[in-house]
Amino acid sequence: MKWLDIPGVAPAALIAILLLLWQAVFMTAGPLAIASPASTFAYLVQQLGGPDFWVHVWATGQAFLYALAIAILGGLLIGLLAGLSATASETAEPLLLAANSIPKIALYPVVLLIFGIGLPAKVAFGAIHGIIPVAIFTINACRALPPVLLKTGRVMRLSPTDRIGSILLPSALPDIVTGVRLGFSLTLIGTVLGEMFGAQSGLGYLLMTSIGLQNTQMIMSVTVLLVAFAASVSTALLAWERRLRQVRG
Amino acid sequence: MASGPASASAHVRLDGVTRVYSGKGGGVHALGPVDLELRAGEFFAVVGPSGCGKSTLLEMIAGLAPPTEGQVQFEGKAIGGAVPDGVGVVFQENACFPWLTVAENIVFGLKRQSVAGDEVQRRLQYALQLMGLEDFSKAYPAQLSGGMRQRVCIARTLVTQPRLILLDEPFGALDQQTRLLMGDELLRLWRATGATVLLITHALDEAALLADRVAVMSARPGRILEVIETGWDRERDSRIVSDPAFGAVTGRLWSLLRDQSLSALHP
Amino acid sequence: MSRIALYRVLAVAIPAALIEAACRAGWIDRQTLPAPSEMIAGLAAILASGRMNGAILETLKIVLAAFAGSVVIGVAAGAVIHRAPVARRLLEPLLSTWYAVPVYAFYPLFIVMFGLGDRPEMLIGLMLGVVAVIAATLNGLDSVPPVLVKTAQVFRLGPMRTALRVTLPYAAPHLFTGIKLAVAYSFIGVIGAEFIMSQSGLGYEIRYAFDNLDNAVMYPLILLILAVAVAVNATLDAWDRALRARRGATS
Repeated sequence: MKWLDIPGVAPAALIAILLLLWQAVFMTAGPLAIASPASTFAYLVQQLGGPDFWVHVWATGQAFLYALAIAILGGLLIGLLAGLSATASETAEPLLLAANSIPKIALYPVVLLIFGIGLPAKVAFGAIHGIIPVAIFTINACRALPPVLLKTGRVMRLSPTDRIGSILLPSALPDIVTGVRLGFSLTLIGTVLGEMFGAQSGLGYLLMTSIGLQNTQMIMSVTVLLVAFAASVSTALLAWERRLRQVRG
Repeated sequence: MASGPASASAHVRLDGVTRVYSGKGGGVHALGPVDLELRAGEFFAVVGPSGCGKSTLLEMIAGLAPPTEGQVQFEGKAIGGAVPDGVGVVFQENACFPWLTVAENIVFGLKRQSVAGDEVQRRLQYALQLMGLEDFSKAYPAQLSGGMRQRVCIARTLVTQPRLILLDEPFGALDQQTRLLMGDELLRLWRATGATVLLITHALDEAALLADRVAVMSARPGRILEVIETGWDRERDSRIVSDPAFGAVTGRLWSLLRDQSLSALHP
Repeated sequence: MSRIALYRVLAVAIPAALIEAACRAGWIDRQTLPAPSEMIAGLAAILASGRMNGAILETLKIVLAAFAGSVVIGVAAGAVIHRAPVARRLLEPLLSTWYAVPVYAFYPLFIVMFGLGDRPEMLIGLMLGVVAVIAATLNGLDSVPPVLVKTAQVFRLGPMRTALRVTLPYAAPHLFTGIKLAVAYSFIGVIGAEFIMSQSGLGYEIRYAFDNLDNAVMYPLILLILAVAVAVNATLDAWDRALRARRGATS
């Protein structure tokens, strides 16, 4: 279907289909269950016009950025350390995969007890969601590095730091971007989840209180905002990742 | 472009070099003891059965791995596990950096050597021209054939102006006709740079055709059985395959190698 | 035990031992984190007394339902999407950004639509798991080399028998990866939903214990969830590796 190849058509079509689906669910389930697309967007625009909503957006954004930084840097560090030797990566990878399958919400009480209520708890909870995918993909990238490339670096008398910076990292970049892409979305969800209890501000707090008050417009507004943000960044990262892989063949 | 190698009686010298890989139950005696001398500016080939340690030998001469016993000397100085200045290596596997263009690949080694910008460009253009890559300088390795990629790797080695060039079965992945043509190019390069060349290959005809001297190695643990002088003229190319002496050299190599290869097959 | 297996055990045992020592020495407050040995003893006591059995069984039932639904719907949807390139083009961005959606936000919607009870939690678990299965099914079907399908045509197998005897068996390792993820996500989705908004089940019991500062119940239950998640993951992993080894590592 050629018309799908025109840039922007496929995503626009998808969004149109989702909006139609949303409207259909609204018409079946009623306004107590879910707000309609129209009323959600009207509500969202109104909220974005006032200062209160932005306080919450900023609170979440701040926690999210810290959590993301920890998830990416921590994940890269773990991944590089574990990826450098075959023994280390074989030891670490199953442990990381097992840790990833744990419902992290079960750890939430522990996080709260250690960090207390507030920003550090949100950051910690967000970070533990994203750090493992970044680490796993970084390990895979290191293991996939053809040994002959590092040998070439040694023949050219590059220092070890140089070899990591000029050879290992560029070679591993596509897989690292995949890990960051997953880690980004997961860290965002984790941060928001962390705000659903015990927080006094943030989008998660808004979500939780709106569920209690049955404010369906707020619930959908926050959801739409989160999805739009995560989806756009994720799509951009995916496009970057595709370009990187295309060059490398 | 050519600078003659620093003169020493032997450019590369191996004395009693042995390599043993440690492991459970005593370790694997992979290679040696090997005594060898490479004369400055010569083209030297090494052939031997699979697993005889040819690649290990090359890695030790390159300084990528230290010998367990014995000593490797390059230009009169001992090498100990670090790659000395003036050595270039071309590997069998594709070693092009896939995220860099052909031109960026070729100049990769020069940044570390702190060579001035216009000199870098000069050497790059010379290498592109010498290896027939001028039209591909902005292409990525993924877009090139196997033979072209090896040419990029050879060009990358050339621009650092090495005095010793080591090649580990560089044409193993290519078809026979491409290999013969690449052999011709290698000879051209050798004459143009005046470097000492060490070629590891499993192809007897390739060794017989390209080299001034050919060493035949035994099955593992590899030792040098004999070194044969081919006596070819420096200005040679692949057409010497029709010279009767070529058949004699290849025949001599095979008669030495046949028993070794059989014993490698059925240890 | 191989050297690497030993390293793995140590990587878990050493930090656990350190935490145990720190708790015993009083460096870590008992209100924050009791000693691991205490948690294990507490778990044994709870399991022996049987008072949590109802919650445990309920949660497991829901997880199983979510998992089964994910796999059945996921494989079917994956197979259909694979044969419809237009659908695939359209849905691809959705599939790759799915995990950015806060699925718990749909919980109230599900409650209104299906009432209180198991269904909303099951649906959340299913929503999380099904996309992993679809993606894995697509990968698996993509990986079947055309030459095998051509061979099936030469043998005059119809589409049904080709699917059953050639395509699905070949794609099985990929499908298994999807199944592993479906297990993990069903578990995560259900427990999370129970924690946030339910009135019963294992996740709810943890939340209840947390709200009442009942560490003696909360930590053992958390430990139970960790243990079950890791054990199931490890078993499926070992099975996966055995299957792949037999076939000679198709990636």
